Amino acid sequence: MEQTTIRFTLNDRPITHAAMPYRTLLEVLRDDLGLTGSKEGCGTGDCGACTLLLDGKPVTSCLVLAAEADGRKVTTVEGLAKDGKLTPVQVAFIRYGGLQCGICTSGFIVAAHALLESNKTPSEADVRAAIGGNLCRCTGYDKIVRAILAAAYDEGELVDESASMPVMEKPLFTEGPM
Amino acid sequence: MRSFKYYAATSWEDAVAMLSKNAAAQVIAGGSDLLGWIKDDLNGPGAPRADLLIDIRTIPNTSYVKFDAAGGLKLGALTPLVTVAESADVLKNYPGLAKSALSPASPAIRNVGSIAGNLMQRPRCWYLRGKDFACYKKGGDFCFAVTGENQYHAILEGELCYIVHPSDTAPALIALNASAKVVGPGGAKDVALDKFFIGPRTNVLKETVLEHNELLAEISVPAPAANWKSAFIKVTQRDVYDFAVVSVAVAGQIEGGVWKDGRVVLGGVAPTPYRATAAEDALKGQKIDEKSARNAGDLTLVKARPMSQNAYKVDIAKNLIARAVLSLASA
Repeated sequence: MEQTTIRFTLNDRPITHAAMPYRTLLEVLRDDLGLTGSKEGCGTGDCGACTLLLDGKPVTSCLVLAAEADGRKVTTVEGLAKDGKLTPVQVAFIRYGGLQCGICTSGFIVAAHALLESNKTPSEADVRAAIGGNLCRCTGYDKIVRAILAAAYDEGELVDESASMPVMEKPLFTEGPM
Repeated sequence: MRSFKYYAATSWEDAVAMLSKNAAAQVIAGGSDLLGWIKDDLNGPGAPRADLLIDIRTIPNTSYVKFDAAGGLKLGALTPLVTVAESADVLKNYPGLAKSALSPASPAIRNVGSIAGNLMQRPRCWYLRGKDFACYKKGGDFCFAVTGENQYHAILEGELCYIVHPSDTAPALIALNASAKVVGPGGAKDVALDKFFIGPRTNVLKETVLEHNELLAEISVPAPAANWKSAFIKVTQRDVYDFAVVSVAVAGQIEGGVWKDGRVVLGGVAPTPYRATAAEDALKGQKIDEKSARNAGDLTLVKARPMSQNAYKVDIAKNLIARAVLSLASA
């Protein structure tokens, strides 16, 4: 069987790669190209752990063949931070504890990133709809939703100070337990 | 995943020719259903193992939403669900269809899942999707749902096989009297979507009239006549991301609160999208109120034959029909 040659843009870099036609984009990224940020959870599009951006839109990469990426722009969670600076969504996830075990986190961050690219002022319902295809078995989602809302509305306060990540001093949303 | 070859089709004729030459070929559009099917490694006469995938996304000009007030709506087969759901023309003229295109699966899947794929997806019956169950569709001679777990199975028109059709857009499109442009070896033909789906009584191995080398290329919806309204309601177990327990699409011509003409179509209750003709006939010429709407639901479900665990769907379907019909009067 012949390999398919795929030319695509991966995190702003042009890539030419040969892969068997039955391999998914997720497999090629993780096993061939070393980008293990996207995770395989269910492998059938149910959990969203493999979410990445294809031409700027979130897709479940376990259900995308690598061959489909030909000529397109792929952005994984590794490609979101620019010049070593985390995005507001990433900082907010850290500040608000939007993760526990972490396996779903990259999928949530990519989905949230895509939401905020298209909607700068999302409501809580918008946020919950945007992450509707992502499953988290640890957090109960509440802190994830808070983190995404904080990333949308408190960008100024969410600059990356990753050298010494501060402990959260004041909650930005005060209703409910933190 | 099992291995298969891959072919990027360049035109509909090319895809049809490749299908005609390869009995074990399948067409891939968005792939969200097909790749899951391949990963589950299903096999049998109604679930053939594909050793060649023909990619039809590579055919130019197959993703579009075109509308004009006289000719109606044309949807390219490969148009992603999200594009249909967000189209200003669809939202304005066919709100029921827009809502039905926004309801399948998650945002990530609606970004790749196509409108034609939503119509062509295979049923979600867990026995069909389970490799170890030799059910009718996989060449066996038994329906495991009859004696097994059947809470999501058919309450209407089940026979041999008790699947329910999983599509949300199919009821909405049928309610709007849409038709499909089918391309095959003999050229293109139009098939009313109402006649597009077939139940186990006709052929237990497949769910549509399409032959192996025929493809669904375009969907046409007639222009909305004056006073036509449409709505779509879906009940799921989870708030996000679930197949319909029951869905209902209604489209009707309402004048002065009176139902002149229209269609009522249910999803999730029968092996095909279920045209509730009993409701349609009962509503004709009636003033839409609580009584006539409830009557439409009750009459439709007279024919229901629920299984051991799914009688709850009967009440849901009755209520949904009533609610959807009433919503047209107040819209």
